[in-house]
Amino acid sequence: MTEAFTATGRLGAARLVARAPILRSPLNVAALALIGLFAACAIFAPLIAPYDPLTQALASRLQPPSPEHWLGTDQLGRDILSRLLYGSRISLLIGLVVVASAGVFGTFVGVIAGYAGGLVDEALMRLTEVFLAFPALILAMAIAGALGPSLTNAIIALAAVTWAIYARLARGQILSLRRREFVEAARGIGASQFRIIARHLLPNAVAPLLVQASFDMGSVIIAAAGLSFIGFGAQPPTPEWGVMISEGRNFISTEPWLSLFPGLAILLAVGSFNLLGDGLRDVFDPRLSRAD
Amino acid sequence: MRFLAFLARRIVGIAAVMIGVSIITFGISHVIPADPAVAALGDHATDAQIAAFRGEYHLDRPLPEQYVIYVNGILHGDLGKSIRTRRSVADDLADSFPATLELSFAALAVSLLVGIPAGIWSAIYRGRFPDVVVRIAALAGGSLPVFWLGLVVIGLFYYQLGWLPGGGRLDTFVSPPPTRTGLYVIDSLLALDLDALRSSVIHLVLPALTLGYFSTAVIARMTRSSMLEVLGQDYMRTARAKGLTERLVVVRHGLRNALIPTVTIIGLTFGSLLSGAVLTETIFSWPGLGRYATASAISLDFPAVLGVTLLAAVVYPVANLAVDIAYYWLDPRIQRD
Repeated sequence: MTEAFTATGRLGAARLVARAPILRSPLNVAALALIGLFAACAIFAPLIAPYDPLTQALASRLQPPSPEHWLGTDQLGRDILSRLLYGSRISLLIGLVVVASAGVFGTFVGVIAGYAGGLVDEALMRLTEVFLAFPALILAMAIAGALGPSLTNAIIALAAVTWAIYARLARGQILSLRRREFVEAARGIGASQFRIIARHLLPNAVAPLLVQASFDMGSVIIAAAGLSFIGFGAQPPTPEWGVMISEGRNFISTEPWLSLFPGLAILLAVGSFNLLGDGLRDVFDPRLSRAD
Repeated sequence: MRFLAFLARRIVGIAAVMIGVSIITFGISHVIPADPAVAALGDHATDAQIAAFRGEYHLDRPLPEQYVIYVNGILHGDLGKSIRTRRSVADDLADSFPATLELSFAALAVSLLVGIPAGIWSAIYRGRFPDVVVRIAALAGGSLPVFWLGLVVIGLFYYQLGWLPGGGRLDTFVSPPPTRTGLYVIDSLLALDLDALRSSVIHLVLPALTLGYFSTAVIARMTRSSMLEVLGQDYMRTARAKGLTERLVVVRHGLRNALIPTVTIIGLTFGSLLSGAVLTETIFSWPGLGRYATASAISLDFPAVLGVTLLAAVVYPVANLAVDIAYYWLDPRIQRD
């Protein structure tokens, strides 16, 4: 009975791997599991956090990790674990909103440029180049500084510096696809331009965009934390990872756990998105994975 | 001749991008919801003071006119006056740029000196222990927030072990070398000032390692994958069959070809170094562009922010142009295209 059960289980796993080749590598599985864990922390933070992330308890300030406070407390006696759990909400949300909005807008621009060609293509690509010329964080800082420091403005700033790469990628994909036979065939049977783009070009262009999106989730999480760290993103007392590292800065010599744990959280979250990006790239472009 | 045409085309391209860059930075600074005049003079400023301030910074003119004034100024080397420091932005940038350049060069040196050998090592020992170590370190390098890494190394090497200084460019009791390049290491070498040389080098170690970790990871990964590709080529087999030593095969035949894609990455890395420098300089109290930019943006000093953003946007394409030129000489196939 047990044997049969295990065999079925194995068969199920094999089928799953066959359907989702990303699961073939244990590293990808680990990355997906970690991302799932962060997502669960973000969704269920109010249920699993042992304390309120904002409630101050000055009597128990700057306590090292202990059974009461697994990751210790900060300078205002707030529980670091609870703040980290709530912080995962903010970081993942920023990543998702920025990557989704920049991805959709950039892809839209790239598709128009690649499909229309000529002057439109030339103008849109020059605009893209201008945005790619800025070091991302400096431009994001200028925008966030100009709009005023807040989480929403940090999101706008990061989306403004992220979209251009999607425009370039999508354009490249459309250019290589638009003369392919299946597109010509669709055109031949009288499909509308919208249908050709939506049903034939976009689905085939999506792979490199997804790989980029996975890497960008990581870099946006880091950049958002960096903006908050220097005061242009989330503001205290928000339990954001960058804010937490910044608040712990003055205690690095005596109570290093204040900054240590939020940094590790960023490292794990970003690392898992980068691993997933590597995995997706290998699945979509096996030519590259051979060199790995 | 063909090289000159290539160069001319690239320079025209950069000029076009610069016009776009100036429009964007100018646009950003003029959608500021807060009033820069009030931000500079405080809430208690009188209407007359505010009007005088607006007049001085041309804030009372129509936007297109302000832009024309700004671009005209740039073309004459005038980036306006900083609201915060009350000095010319061009002077402020000239003062802080060498510090950033020194830090970026040191970080780039770290990433080349560590990243390339690590990538080769990892490729040669593919799938074995050294490869695993390099790949994990490279993954961490791409995922570590630079400002956190900075704090951790300060905590460890300055506070705990006391081995290295935790910030600044020189010890307080050492006077800076006479300025020739603005890069303290070079200037102290030129002046044969050993105290300043020692002090500037040990002050560079932690910020350069911190800033360079990310690009080290990128360069190691790039070198590894191009080295793996090269190691499987027929000419490598031929070189081995000729009886060359493994060392000669890897260095003379493998590395020379594997390094070409790595050179491209160096140009791209420069952009990320500048972004990273903003945070690294803030952590290490490094008096460069990054710290200047942060302080200016916080005090809504828009001429200064515009100046830094513009300079950063110039450095990036120019670094890429330099790389393209290097590439042009390195890879004869491009010259034929």
